Amino acid sequence: MKVSLFATCLVDTFQTNVGKATVELLERLGCEIEFPRSQVCCGQPAYNSGYVEKAKEPMRKMIDTFLDAEVIVTPSGSCATMFKEYPHVFKDDPAYAEKAQIVADKTYELTDFIVNVLKVEDVGATFNHKITYHPSCHMTRLLGVKDAPFTLLNNVKGLEFIPLPYSYNCCGFGGTFSVKMGNISEQMVDEKVDSAIETEAEYLVGADGGCLMNIGGRMHRRGEKIKTIHIAEILNQQA
Amino acid sequence: MAIKYNDNAFKDNVNTNLERDFMRGAVTSAQNRLHGGRLKAVDELGDWEEWRKHGEEIRQHVLDNLDYYLYELSENVEKAGGHVFFAQTPEEANAYIQSVVQKQQATRVLKSKSMVTEEISLNEALEEIGCTVLETDLGEYILQLDDHDKPSHIVAPSVHKNRFQIKEVFVKKLGYPEDGSADAKDLARFVRTILRDDYMQAEVGITGCNFAIADSGSISLVTNEGNAGLVTTIPKTQIAVMGMERIVPSLEEMEVLVNMLTRSAVGQKLTSYVNVITGPKRAEDVDGPEEFHLVILDNGRSDILAGEFKSVLQCIRCAACVNVCPVYRHIGGHSYNSIYSGPIGAVLTPLLAGYDDFKELPYASSLCGACTDACPVKIPLHELLLKHRQVIVEKEGRAPVSEGLMMKGFSVGASNSTLFNVGTKIAAAVMKPLSKDQMISKGVGPLKDWTDIRDFPIVEREKLRDWFDKREKKGGK
Repeated sequence: MKVSLFATCLVDTFQTNVGKATVELLERLGCEIEFPRSQVCCGQPAYNSGYVEKAKEPMRKMIDTFLDAEVIVTPSGSCATMFKEYPHVFKDDPAYAEKAQIVADKTYELTDFIVNVLKVEDVGATFNHKITYHPSCHMTRLLGVKDAPFTLLNNVKGLEFIPLPYSYNCCGFGGTFSVKMGNISEQMVDEKVDSAIETEAEYLVGADGGCLMNIGGRMHRRGEKIKTIHIAEILNQQA
Repeated sequence: MAIKYNDNAFKDNVNTNLERDFMRGAVTSAQNRLHGGRLKAVDELGDWEEWRKHGEEIRQHVLDNLDYYLYELSENVEKAGGHVFFAQTPEEANAYIQSVVQKQQATRVLKSKSMVTEEISLNEALEEIGCTVLETDLGEYILQLDDHDKPSHIVAPSVHKNRFQIKEVFVKKLGYPEDGSADAKDLARFVRTILRDDYMQAEVGITGCNFAIADSGSISLVTNEGNAGLVTTIPKTQIAVMGMERIVPSLEEMEVLVNMLTRSAVGQKLTSYVNVITGPKRAEDVDGPEEFHLVILDNGRSDILAGEFKSVLQCIRCAACVNVCPVYRHIGGHSYNSIYSGPIGAVLTPLLAGYDDFKELPYASSLCGACTDACPVKIPLHELLLKHRQVIVEKEGRAPVSEGLMMKGFSVGASNSTLFNVGTKIAAAVMKPLSKDQMISKGVGPLKDWTDIRDFPIVEREKLRDWFDKREKKGGK
């Protein structure tokens, strides 16, 4: 299958390891990967701040970029959710309403794609570490991808999984919320970091770069031993 | 009390409340307790999603036909011997209630819990004409005793206090023994003996209304303490106050919604009491008031009904959204500076009381969607918060200029991959000297707010697209 990688601006710029892991993993599973060069950002930072009109320009750019793709796969639940919102955003735009729907319909979050499209539950990875998992909000509640990450992690050899207490609570990222309401965000991320430490895991795993940047950044600031890692990086680890 | 609590800025209220350790402990533990309880209780119903759809349909149907049901309700209340008053504003509602009380020459008023009477500052209006007003819901009573502390939750108004603080209030105000137990049961028993006498002497009873039933002209009250039963049977005059949207067509729909309300609110199959009251006492009744008045309040609801926030009127005031909100969890109800707190408050308050004082509330959310997920009647709360942001930015033009400029920059940079590429590479060069161990601890410009709290990763020297380019050139896959 030919996969068009929607890398996300965060992965393209700050978390290239996640992108590389995604590419290698999907290739190992038999996909051919294409990286459409005109992609930038899904527009979510502006959209979620209320600048809907200003968000539309980057969104149109993304729609044009991915319109002809066979399938679109992204290592981010939140950015996939944004693509799925496009038909709603462009419902009154005759030039883009239909295109937005086409793009939305063939967009998948990485783990969802592996489990539900490729029908693979064991990617043959080995990761000899103790981990816990933070289910990111947009991915579980809005996109509805809840089980796929666990299905895949369950089949990783050597991996010990410890459930995260209060995992359903947001980590406090929320895009611009993290800086606009910094003092509230700080309380939320601190509780998330405390819960992760309580599990005594070595890694907190997630499937969304934004949340991991927030949680990881706070862990680093506090000088904690526990680290964050993207699920693609674990699934790409081989013995 | 009106909707607004104080004149402080949102940030100041939040900072004050973040320091309140007792409050935060009490709220967190209440949320943790309610979380499992709610899930278990809704699970018992079977297909919860089907119930939610049904609940949403009932509420939407009523809102779509509100004029019809308001007419039917008022006709049937009057048929049952009651009086109906439509109040456009809080002032009109209060003036009517004052006139009813004065006609009875009453001075002792009993109340059961009602958010809508908080919304119109009814207690103050009654005190102005010389009445003593007694709140009978235990949570409200505690707040009233504690020098009129404010509700911090629409269902559990004193959730910000723990039992030791409540005991302190009783010691100070009611002479509860200082070495007495701080056990919830003992505290409740103590108050019960005090309240009983007051019930017997009250002349007017005032309640809210969970759902008004249009085809019978009844009101219903959902409580756990039984206080509403006494408030509606002992005083000779009864007044119920309701927001104009709180109607169901018949008992059948009420049963569905009460089932969802109690499970969503407190994780109970049913509360201890559900009272359904129709008009004043009839000849064959053994008890009940001689006069019954229903005050139906608009106060901005008609405007909401006609606009893009209509779905917020589906609300049945269960507070499930409040109980799952990770922002409310940390800042507590008082930070919202409104009688309506949490996600529902952040949507509703700016609609009822305007953006001037409440334009920060829609931003007090990470848009995590927990509220939308928990709402039994499927109000898309996080989408409505987003809608508020859009109105604030695009219609009202109230966003900070600097933010507008940044978003303009974003729009341009994120629409052009060449610009984005060059821009991020420049950023990489600028950020490099600020970093240590690949992380930045002291950001400048727009990064400062981020690094006040957490470290920020530096831009990778080789972007993913460059890696991909190289790989393709090498003839890799």
